Amino acid sequence: MPAPAKPKPKGYVGRPMKRVEDPRLIRGAATYVDDLNLPGLLHAAFLRSPHAHARVKAIRTQAAQAFPGVVAVLTGADLNDRLGPIPCAAPMPDQNSPRHTVLAGDRAYFVGHPVAVVVARDRTVAHDALDLIEVDYQPLPAVIDPEKALRKDSPLTHPELGSNVAYRWSLAGGDVEGEFARADRVIGVRLLNQRLTAMAIEPRGCVASWHAGEGSLTLWSSTQVPHLVRTLLPDLVHVPENKVRIVAPEVGGGFGSKLNLYAEEVLVSHLAIRLNAPVKWIETRSENAAVTVHGRDQIGDYQVAVTKDGTVLALKAHVVADLGSYLQLLTPAIPTLTGLMICGCYKIKAVRMDVTAVHTNKMATDAYRGAGRPEAAYAIERLMDLVAVELGLDPLAVRRKNFPKPGEFPFQTATGLLYDSGNYQAALKKALAMAGWEELLERREGARRQGSLFGIGVSTYVEICALGPSKIMSAGGWEWGCVRIEISGKVTVITGATPHGQGQETSFAQIAADRLGVPIEDVVVYRGDTNVAPYGRDTYGSRATALGGTAIVMSIDKIIAKAKILAAALLQAKPRQIGFDAGKFFVQGKRKTALDWKRLAGEAYIAKNLPPGLEPGLEASSFFEPPNCTFPFGTHIVAVEIDRDTGQVRIAKYVAVDDCGNQVNPLLVEGQVQGGIAHSIGQALFEQTVYDENGQLLTGEFMDYAMPRAGDIPDYLLGSTVTPSPSNPLGVKGIGEAGTIGATPAIANAVIDALSPLGVKHLDLPLTPENVWRAITNPGATPPVASKGVPKPDRAAPPATGTRGAPRKGGKR
Amino acid sequence: MKIPVKIRVNGTLREHEVEPRLLLVQFLRDVCGLTGTHLGCETSICGACTVLLDGKAVKCCTVLAAQADGSEVTTVEGLARNDDLHPVQEGFWECHGLQCGYCTPGMMMAGVQILERHPKPSREEIRHGLEGNLCRCTGYSHIIDAIEYAARKAGRKGAR
Repeated sequence: MPAPAKPKPKGYVGRPMKRVEDPRLIRGAATYVDDLNLPGLLHAAFLRSPHAHARVKAIRTQAAQAFPGVVAVLTGADLNDRLGPIPCAAPMPDQNSPRHTVLAGDRAYFVGHPVAVVVARDRTVAHDALDLIEVDYQPLPAVIDPEKALRKDSPLTHPELGSNVAYRWSLAGGDVEGEFARADRVIGVRLLNQRLTAMAIEPRGCVASWHAGEGSLTLWSSTQVPHLVRTLLPDLVHVPENKVRIVAPEVGGGFGSKLNLYAEEVLVSHLAIRLNAPVKWIETRSENAAVTVHGRDQIGDYQVAVTKDGTVLALKAHVVADLGSYLQLLTPAIPTLTGLMICGCYKIKAVRMDVTAVHTNKMATDAYRGAGRPEAAYAIERLMDLVAVELGLDPLAVRRKNFPKPGEFPFQTATGLLYDSGNYQAALKKALAMAGWEELLERREGARRQGSLFGIGVSTYVEICALGPSKIMSAGGWEWGCVRIEISGKVTVITGATPHGQGQETSFAQIAADRLGVPIEDVVVYRGDTNVAPYGRDTYGSRATALGGTAIVMSIDKIIAKAKILAAALLQAKPRQIGFDAGKFFVQGKRKTALDWKRLAGEAYIAKNLPPGLEPGLEASSFFEPPNCTFPFGTHIVAVEIDRDTGQVRIAKYVAVDDCGNQVNPLLVEGQVQGGIAHSIGQALFEQTVYDENGQLLTGEFMDYAMPRAGDIPDYLLGSTVTPSPSNPLGVKGIGEAGTIGATPAIANAVIDALSPLGVKHLDLPLTPENVWRAITNPGATPPVASKGVPKPDRAAPPATGTRGAPRKGGKR
Repeated sequence: MKIPVKIRVNGTLREHEVEPRLLLVQFLRDVCGLTGTHLGCETSICGACTVLLDGKAVKCCTVLAAQADGSEVTTVEGLARNDDLHPVQEGFWECHGLQCGYCTPGMMMAGVQILERHPKPSREEIRHGLEGNLCRCTGYSHIIDAIEYAARKAGRKGAR
């Protein structure tokens, strides 16, 4: 549903405009990577390990090589010394991880590990030929459970490393032990963030073309990050950076899973060079499930120290993070984002988080929508509810008690971050009003009187976006943009931010049209080709508008300054006398003789009347280096009904109030919020990437990996508050991941609230019908919540695992 | 061994000799060059490849081209009449019913089928009609809005 009416903006910015990128997409005329066809195109297919861990004793490729239509069959023995290794851009100090070769060598380390590649004249022939390759595997014990991997008697994922521990990392701020000693109560819970798969509907794929005469390479890839690929790929395939062009054509969804450099991109590039012919590889769905990065997969033991009035003094956590067998681009960094954001939107004086990151015989984990922050939001928002339950307090009151006040921003957290701006109280207040909170409480009471399982959950979240200042990033946190007024007066905008479905071809045109004072129809935004946008750091971490949008604003301001000098010369005035408004340059007070962009562009490029020293042309580019990240926030309120007989959860009400700062295009904001919440509904209720005890992937197709469908989605009540970010001149924060960060804990809290009359205090995700039904039928077996501390004189401490059925006193919920 | 097929695609008769194992989606994309129909899962779960086969929405990743011999197929490229978008296309544009656009052709074909069955569909009927199509970007709400929009638009056109 649309947000409540706001004052109508004067320009394009702030208006819910439909997208300029849509006509090609709704006509079926867009070009995704599999739609590319080049003369002489060859097709690659990969033979992949069926074992989680095995010695590769022998590979016989002769029959495949002799198969009609096959051009080449290559193995690790042919390629691993010449190519790669696949880089990780975020290694930790004392990282203990293997060299990531492009194909398996003498061992395969996970199901799907590529063992050989076939190139053929036809895609089906390439796949047929895979069946003719014979591999002698000797299966080895596989490391699957990340906690068991830490035991002394565990087999090793990579025997040469001597340990399954990839790294240990700690984050600490404040006097943690002192605060825990001072606390009235210590409340602890073990929380799982299950492994998930992004499952973009378009699988990955790439096409490489070698231009032998120039010695240059073009790679079209379904990637979120063509610029990062261009930075990393050249050395791996031995082509100079300035002869490598990466194009991200239309990209059919990423959600972090295409924020990477994959072995297939390196191999396909190499094959095109080696065979002097264009080569295409398109991932199958089962490959996508197995060998495109997974997300989440943390087990955390969390403890909070609280006073009896609900003040959270300190938080301690130990998290075991399952990294899988190899490091992909950002694998080690994801759990550290959980640590940085673990305080949520609360003033917690002291924090300590210890991460033990483990290698297992599974696919690598890496960024997946939210990337470390959903894990943090889930943990802190579950903890806030548990604090309320254990102390008999209202969960809203507990949250409000620990919020920083609006006047306390920028707000320094114990984890070392500086939250740029916020008003958590306002978002909560608005969400409560939209939800009809009092009526919702009455509805729950009525439902419970009738024996129905009805629950309400709240999450007040904050997240970190617009990553970020270069000093905290592994490879530059800036963004690049270029604006050119063409000789015709038309406007060309080029962004390095590489949007791929988020809609910045529209929202950047809105920004540019307003600032230049031109009709939006005159603006075209280009993205995704490193020969067009030579530099960029691409789209991830909800950074494109805050950083890429600002680089465009900076470029426009440079052009306007130059145009004023040119206008002054033409109008025989001084530059400081020139005014600019609504696309016209004029001597102050003499608007009749104003010059428009078309006239100025003509003069700038024909260049016969330029003042001395002024370069021809009207073009400027800019790198925006942000001073800080941004910190969007909001409140999600969910009501659920649970079917006692089936355990099925139905979302009865969903209210979200998100604050992403200023909104360039509220329609696109709404789309991002709704899409983000759907991923949360997935994590909360259905989705889980499952390996069995032998390391076989059981969720290897859409059939087995349950994603939300249209019938699982409620009608939302969406609203927003606007707290501009001081970190960029647009005042925007980012909205791509908010729904995925804010919604999961709200849904989980609602389900557990619904089950609380049965004595359930916690239940791990996903809250599938089976999981919920088991809790209903045997609440005593649900995960325990530890609560230690000084018992209050008026009541005994609640039991660690409860059968508490009596309604709480005093609590408003 | 190849077998001859005649399939009318978006009104144009296509006659080709194809391998018996060739899928209809491959026929449309690789033989006819109509790349608007997308392949998402190869197992008829996601619906990205939904087309109309003799007027019925089917997932053409699990239909053989040979099975479609003698049939009429409508793909996303056949929805608009010259410059005039189909009401479902208009709805997707107006209501921000797409983000990355990959599931969109299949979603729109499913939408066309919903409107044929329910000219004035409820939101529940739309949800039910979309159960066979996965979208990972939009969270579906705007897609439901888009089909409601198309129903209103088609209703107005029909009334004229």
